[in-house]
Amino acid sequence: MSNIYAVTGNEAVANALRQINPDVCAAYPITPQTDLMQRFASFVSDGLVDTEMILVESEHSAMSACVGASAAGGRAVTATSGPGLALMWEILFVASGMRLPILMPVVNRSLSAPLNIHGDHSDAMGARDSGWVQLWSENAQEAYDNTVQALLIAEHMDIRLPIMVCLDGFIISHSIERVEYLDDDIVKNFVGTYKPQNPLLDIQHPKSIGPLILPDLYTEYKRTQHEAMSKVKNIVLKTADDFAKISGRKYSLFETYRLDDAEIGIVILNSAAGTTKDVIDIYREKGIKVGLLKPRLFRPFPYEEIRETLQHLKALCVLDRCDSFGAFGPLYTEIASSLYLSENKPIMINKIYGLGGRDYMPEHAKIVIEELIEIANTGKVKLFKDYLGVRE
Amino acid sequence: MATPLSLKELSKKEILLSSGHRMCSGCGAPIVVKMVLLAADYPVIACSSTGCLEVSTCISHYTAWKIPWIHSAFENAAATLSGVETMYKSLKKQGKLNDDIKFIAFCGDGGTYDIGFQSLSGAMERGHDMLYICYDNGAYMNTGIQRSSATPLGADTTTCPAGTVIPGKQQQRKDLTKIMADHGIPYVAQASISNWSDLMKKVRKALEIKGPKFMNILAPCNRGWRSRNDDAVMLSRLAVETCYWPLYEIENGDIKITFKPKEKKPLNEFLKTQGRFRHLFSPENEWLLKKSQEDIDRNWERLLREEACVLGGQPAETTEADQ
Repeated sequence: MSNIYAVTGNEAVANALRQINPDVCAAYPITPQTDLMQRFASFVSDGLVDTEMILVESEHSAMSACVGASAAGGRAVTATSGPGLALMWEILFVASGMRLPILMPVVNRSLSAPLNIHGDHSDAMGARDSGWVQLWSENAQEAYDNTVQALLIAEHMDIRLPIMVCLDGFIISHSIERVEYLDDDIVKNFVGTYKPQNPLLDIQHPKSIGPLILPDLYTEYKRTQHEAMSKVKNIVLKTADDFAKISGRKYSLFETYRLDDAEIGIVILNSAAGTTKDVIDIYREKGIKVGLLKPRLFRPFPYEEIRETLQHLKALCVLDRCDSFGAFGPLYTEIASSLYLSENKPIMINKIYGLGGRDYMPEHAKIVIEELIEIANTGKVKLFKDYLGVRE
Repeated sequence: MATPLSLKELSKKEILLSSGHRMCSGCGAPIVVKMVLLAADYPVIACSSTGCLEVSTCISHYTAWKIPWIHSAFENAAATLSGVETMYKSLKKQGKLNDDIKFIAFCGDGGTYDIGFQSLSGAMERGHDMLYICYDNGAYMNTGIQRSSATPLGADTTTCPAGTVIPGKQQQRKDLTKIMADHGIPYVAQASISNWSDLMKKVRKALEIKGPKFMNILAPCNRGWRSRNDDAVMLSRLAVETCYWPLYEIENGDIKITFKPKEKKPLNEFLKTQGRFRHLFSPENEWLLKKSQEDIDRNWERLLREEACVLGGQPAETTEADQ
């Protein structure tokens, strides 16, 4: 029987959640995520999962309920977008500080004001320092595959950290694509049974969770989170290997495209990578040695691996679908940090693109590649940070 | 078999909030917790919002809680506990858990009336099987006595100080107990540590009812009220006897006043022993004292009318003090 379906990104992720069958799911509607949780709610109503839903009154309570549910001793999931993630911000740190392996698909959306409901990475970039593992997804297939792999990373006994799976709002969440599902029992076996750590519901062994910690110990406590994060890369790779065995689909810390012999390169996250690859093919046919790197694991950030992969380039453009006003985009600063220790590093420019769901078109990739060709030839940069496709 | 509510029997039970916690001497909050947990004859999992009780009972690596306890943040105890309760429900449904556990939140008035109000309202509406207890000391005591919506009219706090132009808090308290009753939840009650038997009976009753329950319990704070540190119970009693803090329960919408003083004491007797109201006794603030008394009288009369209405138009019988 074929496992290939034509589905939206939200539908694919909802189906992954059905196959994972979490114990508790907290849900609050927000565009463009709403449709994901609606689909999951119908699985609950139809008895296809054991999950108990908590239909909370805000995203702040969604994350709080996940904290309570996960600490109680089972699998807890929720999903959100843009302002919903912003409202959760305080509790994101509680979830990671308590080392609770909560799973949250984030259907990336811009932040107000002005109000805008479309695809943009400002939400998840704003949460990059919250102690959550972040996996990013180019398309519905990757969003599905990342969701299936996420809990193995989050729940690993060396890690025990919450995890976000990011996919672009509307562009991926609402577009129908070809997606290949795994069989239910294969996902069930892959995800395995949950192993609670110090569950609150173990009344025979009472624990106090969420203490006050004073300056004498707070730093040590936070450092353990960093240490756990430092082990994530290997677990992500191990999980990807295991996933390849059941799916035939290979994942890593990031994806490279025609990069090995490239002289100029582009770094871009999520859905816009697909468009960029098409344009790279056009330029490759003209003999231009251009390649792409698409990060998958953004937190923790694989600095060394990315340095080794990009340092041979002459010129590099990092595209950010998120702005840091008065500063470089968040992806750019990470790539720059990666390359700082290289002796021969590419000249780097930053382009802000696609804010609030503005389409990223092939001509935008062309503009970037043309500029990179010129920088590689002349060594001169007009503007280190600029906006792509902006109307003056 | 429930433990009889006699001092002799209760004294044999283990106190589940240990001594050695760092609440102020004479604080009402830990008395509330101890009484509630003494009343419960079930395993209990507790949740606290950020506040005095939370910061003073669990400073790593020490904890005063002998039961499972969780603290997440200030405004989200009800949501956090609703997550714990839902996981319990899920695991029980899946046959992964057999224990019969009760869930109780212990939160201050700031975390309940104000910043945690949305979380509380949501959890109650969703019908989680939990008892939410507010220990109401009438201000943000943990951060240093700032005004909350539970702060009484005229009180001197650090954010509404009694000054030469503005004599303390200019607004009435929010009547949260009534607001919670208007959520249509099966059980809501107001209690006081001075009437321990009444308090414990209410806790017992609440824990036997399935669904969301709310109790508001007065918890004197000698720092914020500027009273003697051995006056918590006496002040609680005066609050009840002046009808500043009426004792009642609302079960499935029907109100029952559980204590009616034979003779309602003047509000001033409650106010005069507290430094936070001292300025009200200056001649220029006499109007505030008068207004406070009028507010109390009006609320008490309304409660009596509501109870009489439940009893089919008959005036409610006077009940004696419960001990």
